[in-house]
Amino acid sequence: MNTETKQILTSDGIPLEKSLKKAERRNKIKAFLLVVPLLLFLAITYISPIGELLTRSVDDKMVTNMLPKTFKAMEKWDGQELPSEEVFASFLSDYKILVKAKTQGKLGQRLNKEKNGFNSILKKLIRKMKNFEEGNYKEQIISVHKRFEDVSYWRAIKRTAPPYTVAKYLKAVDMYTDENGEIVRVEEGRRIYIKLWLRTLQVALFVTLFTFLMGYPIAHLLATIPMKYSNLLMICVLLPFWTSLLVRTASWMILLQQQGVVNDFFVMIGLVDDDNRPEMMYNIVGTYVAMTQILLPFMVLPLYSVMKTVSPSLMRAGKSLGGTPFVSFWKIYFPLTTSGIGAGSLLVFILAVGYYITPALVGGASGTLISNSIAYHMKQTLDWSFASAMGLMLLVGVMAVYWIYNKLVGIDNIKLG
Amino acid sequence: MALPSYTETRYRIWHYIYLSICTFVFIYLIAPLFVIFPLSFSGDEFLIFSDGMKRLDPDAFSTRWYKDMIWGTKNPWGLAAKNSLIVAFFATIGSVILGTLAALGLSSRHMPYKGIIMAILISPMIVPLIISGVAIFFFMAKVGLAATHTGIILAHIILGTPFVVITVTATLSGFDHSVTRAAASLGSTPYNTFMKITLPLITPGVISGALFAFVTSFDEVVVVLFLAGLDNTTIPIQMWIGLREQLSPTILAVATCLIVMSTLILVTAELLRRRSERLRGINR
Repeated sequence: MNTETKQILTSDGIPLEKSLKKAERRNKIKAFLLVVPLLLFLAITYISPIGELLTRSVDDKMVTNMLPKTFKAMEKWDGQELPSEEVFASFLSDYKILVKAKTQGKLGQRLNKEKNGFNSILKKLIRKMKNFEEGNYKEQIISVHKRFEDVSYWRAIKRTAPPYTVAKYLKAVDMYTDENGEIVRVEEGRRIYIKLWLRTLQVALFVTLFTFLMGYPIAHLLATIPMKYSNLLMICVLLPFWTSLLVRTASWMILLQQQGVVNDFFVMIGLVDDDNRPEMMYNIVGTYVAMTQILLPFMVLPLYSVMKTVSPSLMRAGKSLGGTPFVSFWKIYFPLTTSGIGAGSLLVFILAVGYYITPALVGGASGTLISNSIAYHMKQTLDWSFASAMGLMLLVGVMAVYWIYNKLVGIDNIKLG
Repeated sequence: MALPSYTETRYRIWHYIYLSICTFVFIYLIAPLFVIFPLSFSGDEFLIFSDGMKRLDPDAFSTRWYKDMIWGTKNPWGLAAKNSLIVAFFATIGSVILGTLAALGLSSRHMPYKGIIMAILISPMIVPLIISGVAIFFFMAKVGLAATHTGIILAHIILGTPFVVITVTATLSGFDHSVTRAAASLGSTPYNTFMKITLPLITPGVISGALFAFVTSFDEVVVVLFLAGLDNTTIPIQMWIGLREQLSPTILAVATCLIVMSTLILVTAELLRRRSERLRGINR
């Protein structure tokens, strides 16, 4: 018996195995083609722009482009003693072009960041360089200001030579490169970003904890009471979920203001003095209270869907075997709901860590988070590369949690409503 | 939740503590929405319950803020509402088409790299909005679509598709594929099978995905803050400006309208969910 007779053939004479594989491949391509439009759309309008944040955040080509001849001449310079005449001459010729194009201001600002006092001597150079004579530029430039004789100023220029820099990332963790090229922390009183990262983390963790502490009991109630009551109570969870975020934030602004309902209530029950109403908004308290309420449905819904699957007879069995209600709850019910706790907590944490609107409106100065700082640098200081750097750092953190979420819960198990 | 008569006292006490905790949480969840409603009918412009309102004096109430919202001089709400509706309408259509196609592909058992592709498609929902806003702004500025309706619509399609993908894949997870095979064996073309068999069965999922996409677009403020110019302010942008600068009762009138709208959407979504579960034979 040879192999050819063993093979099963389809009606058109192709081996069945081959034919099946072909059909399988065709099905794969068909399924993939359906996803392609969305995938392409997202790749172009979303994924690649996020990738571009990376180049934007490390981009430092400005000085490189402004002083091309200088850097060329500096290649041979060892950085120990004053650079040669050639470097001085190329710097002057580069600088003249910039002054002609009226873009020298940006260079001054950038170099001033690298070395204090650079901007003023460059401005002085503009006035004096008109009267410069041909040749021996080194001497003439030094005669403008004695700082040009200081080698550290020239080292500062050389430091800006690489077209890429991690300076923005260092700034985001309160560090910078000092004159000797070493990475050091900024002085104690000016460390603001580390504090902001820690506060963001703290708020996200506590909001997750609060939503868990409040969400667990009501999810349990919703899952155990008869359907007709639970449907009604479910509205209390779903209505805020569907209501505009700004509307919910607005209602907290009304409730928490000094003459607001919450303060009225505290005065009524005698908790606080009428003339001494506490400030509950425009600080971290407002951020906590509002964010917890806004994110609570995202905890309740996954918990509820898990608790629905826990059979009530398990608790009864536990009790009949002699467990007190507390013991049966702790040993039977709680372990069965941990997957829901994981899903809800990760979702709330991911959402809380990037929250922007609510902290910006009710957070004041002490209740703002890293997102607010990103928006500030995008809109006010226009330091877009710094905003991109902070955004990417936040993104890496969120993606790490997202990855854990995907491993533990599975992304296709997100429950909506 | 009646307790059995043999319950010990300490568990009885614990049970009532548990119920009062639940009551407190439900009040915490829902009460803020009800503050808006009476204050939007306030007679004066302070956002506090005046003595007159506490006595339910009819003179303390008025509809002037609603009139101001609709007819007020140089008020921005008309333009904002028009823009919001246009943007949300087209963003919903775009999200539904792209999202449903992708969900159909993802639900096929032949789909390669399902996990990673799903993770990418859902990412706009997970990535913090501020990062999405910054990235989309840079992109739109580069292609010249910043401060245009088209730019905002495209941005909202990005943000809306994950919801459609999730809801439609959820509907398709209970989908009996033998019905499409039956149709094919009876000589139906794939297009006909989709229109006559698949689409009617997944409609509830598609519509609830559409509702999510619509609400996402209608409520979205972070990305629009980066993209919108003066001509394309939306309702959320105007609310944001109002809340930052000066909390006026007109905003509460708008907020009340939005709450009414979300209630209607919630009811629709719930009815659809139940219908879909009934169709798929799931009883919860």
